[in-house]
Amino acid sequence: MRTPVDLAAARPGPAFTVTLDGREIEAFPGQTVAAALWAAGVTSWRTTRVEGRPRGIFCGIGVCFDCLVTVNDRPNQRACLVPARPGDAIRTQDGTGHDD
Amino acid sequence: MTERPHLAVIGAGPAGLAATVAAAARGVRVTLIDSAAEAGGQFYRQPAAALRARRPQALHHQWRTWERLRDALAGQVESGRVMHLTDHHAWLVERQSGRFTVHALLGPEQEEPAVVHADATVLATGGYEKVLPFPGWTLPGVVTAGGAQAMLKGALAVSGPTAVVAGTGPLLLPVATGLAAAGVKVAALVESADPRDFVRRTRALAAQPGKVGEGARYAARLLRHRVRTLVRHTVVEAHGTGRIEAVTVAALDGAGRVRPGTERRIPCDTLAVGHGMLPHTDLAETLGCRLDGPGVDVDGDQRTDVPGVWAAGETTGIGGAALALAEGHIAGCSAAARLNGAAPDPHAWAAAAKSRNGLREFFAALDPVYAPPAHWAEQVTDDTVVCRCEEVTGGAIREAVADLGAGDLRTVKLLTRAGMGWCQGRVCGPAVAGLAGCGETPGRRPFARPVPLGVLARAGEPKPSDAAQ
Amino acid sequence: MSKRLTCDVVVVGAGMAGAACALYATRAGLDVTVVDRGPVAGGTTGAGEGNILVSDKEPGPELDLALLSGRLWAELGAEFGKSVEYEAKGGVVVATSPSGLTALERFADGQRAAGVTAQPVAPDALYDLEPHLAPGLPGAVHYPQDSQVMPALAAAHLLKASGARLRTGRTVTDILRTPGGAVRGVRTDGGDLHAPAVVNAAGTWGAALAALAGVDLPVLPRRGFVLVTEPLPRMVHHKVYAADYVADVASDSAALQTSPVVEGTAAGPVLIGASRERVGFDRSFSLPAVRALAAGATRLFPFLERVRAMRAYLGFRPYMPDHLPAIGPDPRVPGLHHACGHEGAGIGLATGTGQLIAQALTEKAPDLDLTPFRPDRFGGQDV
Repeated sequence: MRTPVDLAAARPGPAFTVTLDGREIEAFPGQTVAAALWAAGVTSWRTTRVEGRPRGIFCGIGVCFDCLVTVNDRPNQRACLVPARPGDAIRTQDGTGHDD
Repeated sequence: MTERPHLAVIGAGPAGLAATVAAAARGVRVTLIDSAAEAGGQFYRQPAAALRARRPQALHHQWRTWERLRDALAGQVESGRVMHLTDHHAWLVERQSGRFTVHALLGPEQEEPAVVHADATVLATGGYEKVLPFPGWTLPGVVTAGGAQAMLKGALAVSGPTAVVAGTGPLLLPVATGLAAAGVKVAALVESADPRDFVRRTRALAAQPGKVGEGARYAARLLRHRVRTLVRHTVVEAHGTGRIEAVTVAALDGAGRVRPGTERRIPCDTLAVGHGMLPHTDLAETLGCRLDGPGVDVDGDQRTDVPGVWAAGETTGIGGAALALAEGHIAGCSAAARLNGAAPDPHAWAAAAKSRNGLREFFAALDPVYAPPAHWAEQVTDDTVVCRCEEVTGGAIREAVADLGAGDLRTVKLLTRAGMGWCQGRVCGPAVAGLAGCGETPGRRPFARPVPLGVLARAGEPKPSDAAQ
Repeated sequence: MSKRLTCDVVVVGAGMAGAACALYATRAGLDVTVVDRGPVAGGTTGAGEGNILVSDKEPGPELDLALLSGRLWAELGAEFGKSVEYEAKGGVVVATSPSGLTALERFADGQRAAGVTAQPVAPDALYDLEPHLAPGLPGAVHYPQDSQVMPALAAAHLLKASGARLRTGRTVTDILRTPGGAVRGVRTDGGDLHAPAVVNAAGTWGAALAALAGVDLPVLPRRGFVLVTEPLPRMVHHKVYAADYVADVASDSAALQTSPVVEGTAAGPVLIGASRERVGFDRSFSLPAVRALAAGATRLFPFLERVRAMRAYLGFRPYMPDHLPAIGPDPRVPGLHHACGHEGAGIGLATGTGQLIAQALTEKAPDLDLTPFRPDRFGGQDV
């Protein structure tokens, strides 16, 4: 099956490892955290403050703040903006993201 | 003062790039401030450099225009006339004694400040997508049409193998064809507008043969990818637990209401949905610029009513990349003339002005065609979340209006918290206004993005180094 | 649409003061109509933090009104509960220097004599009350009577509970008077409302309303900014502010003065308030004002350095030259009552004000002597 990587003839550098809640995930240089999570089949990585509902990417351009995630103990990072870096500890977050 | 005048251009999309290149070519020193890692904005969003895409043009159209812009920018950067600040998220532009200070946060973490001083500024802050709510729209896998495109263009990422593209507006076509070209099965393109309405607007269309050709090319691509197109249809609900599994779509009647009995269910793992675009006007509003409808009001020179402030592109009203290029070019020429102490000569940009005026007319004609279904609010049940950040339901909004005396967006917000969350009502504003039956009033967001209090506590404090600049 | 309407009282202003007047007046048996040119809570009420404070008031008529109002708020808090987000969270006033602590404790002594509960807090106990305060503070005073309400919700729910007729989106264009000069109602752009009594609860715009009745009432705007942070778990438990705030409230200076009032909210965000500037009705953003708020708040609570401000909003407090509100009948115009000019304390003082207005309207003995609040105390002539 054709993929966006094929379409754009992308040849990123070698994959590296990040973790999502301790689980190892493969990411490529240039991928955002959101892209790496999507590639790993993960579409939600936080739950909401009031109802505890799952959320992931919505606007994809940093406007809606739905894709908030904790990266290396920094809560409320927008997964659609933040690039994945080797060794990143990505954590799903609940509520305010501040360990309520 | 031997130093050349200094222009700050905010936004490196088509409008900002055109303004930068035009002003720099006329001898003005330009700092181009942009939140992304690469120039291009949303329209020409580039794959991250580290992805090493050898064929990025496969994700784009009008690639040659982009190449010209990109090369012109590179030339001006090379010559030292333009400084391009990437990963700079502007949160406030301050005007003091006729000079400007752009306050930005260094991305992507946006924790550390950066400041740019300038004699004038061009606001080319672009737009973002409007999405009206329906049951299930908060499920993971439901993304904005522009969001699906941004993830595809910038990160070469898709959220699953089967998508439905829905809503209304010219953006849906490139999103559907883009996803299809990238290997996603587009199960349906669901457009609430009626193509027959285009035919009734032949005059504006006839003046834009390029746009007609563009539409025809998209139609051919949809056919090639076997994308089923449902016009005068709308999504009534997204289904799933934990993530989207299917959507129910239905036909609309002539009045814009769902036709009972026409509902059908389409399995999918992605729903890319959008109902048009909205301008980013926060920086302009805080500067005190007058708005004209949702966009920043500008004159023929692209000047706002605040001296020293120009605006171009989607921030003045939605009209696409070609219009943004024309407006940006005019803004850059006009700003350069003023900064060089000359009276701007409109003849110098007559071609751009002609293109701008024609495109504005075209998009003004398109606007009513792509209006969301008149009765969209009927799909919003009382338990549908409308404000995604604060999880405020349609029922709570209706109650604030019916029982508590809310009469405008601000009071609805105060009484329900709709619009008080992280996105500050950018997403839910149009929906709340529609449900409450009140106008879409300006957002009055003094900060264009969240600012750490530690940064705010020191923002704009005079530093010794400033005196030297 | 211009049908005449007759009732006992027309309250002009659907903010907190108007809502409280309507509630207590209807409970006193009066038939009330509330009219406002905007929506409910469209003016200063919608821009307030919802302070119900005794801690910032020196002994005197305003403190007496605050104590009365605090008792009434507690009753309403029990009645309306979560719908108005009433919270008797208490206030903690922090000294930032040893001399400041001495002054604060002396101030608290005076308040105690006037009936305020004010408990000195030693440095070690301070961090039990507020664990995230900056280290090394010399001490504080705890005011358990300070409390909090969500102003817009409070105004809306009190109005709804009052059963008063609500006419929003109607501008009062005139105050109707008899040949003898007494009030007989108001004219609005949506028709006349007839009543033998009119209550001016127009807040910061109260001077303009008084002028329609031909009297001078010196209510002027004093701009304030409030900062709102991202949602957080409860990190700040009380209303916390630095002792120099007290001096600012009583100040006559036109220049910006800021002292951080920091508090958590039920909804999550931390509110940081209380810049004060006399700049007329200028709505433009002021970086110096919000910078000072942020600086003050981060000095008190260093953890806020990395917390993001999501928005800032501004409002116009209605202030009068002696910093006391105008409450009660206006002897210059029979039937005209005033309930405005509460500066930054209008939410807290609204209940007492409403009660006193209801008592005046029904010719009952007032709970407090209204003399200090007399609307004609500035000697202004008929205009």
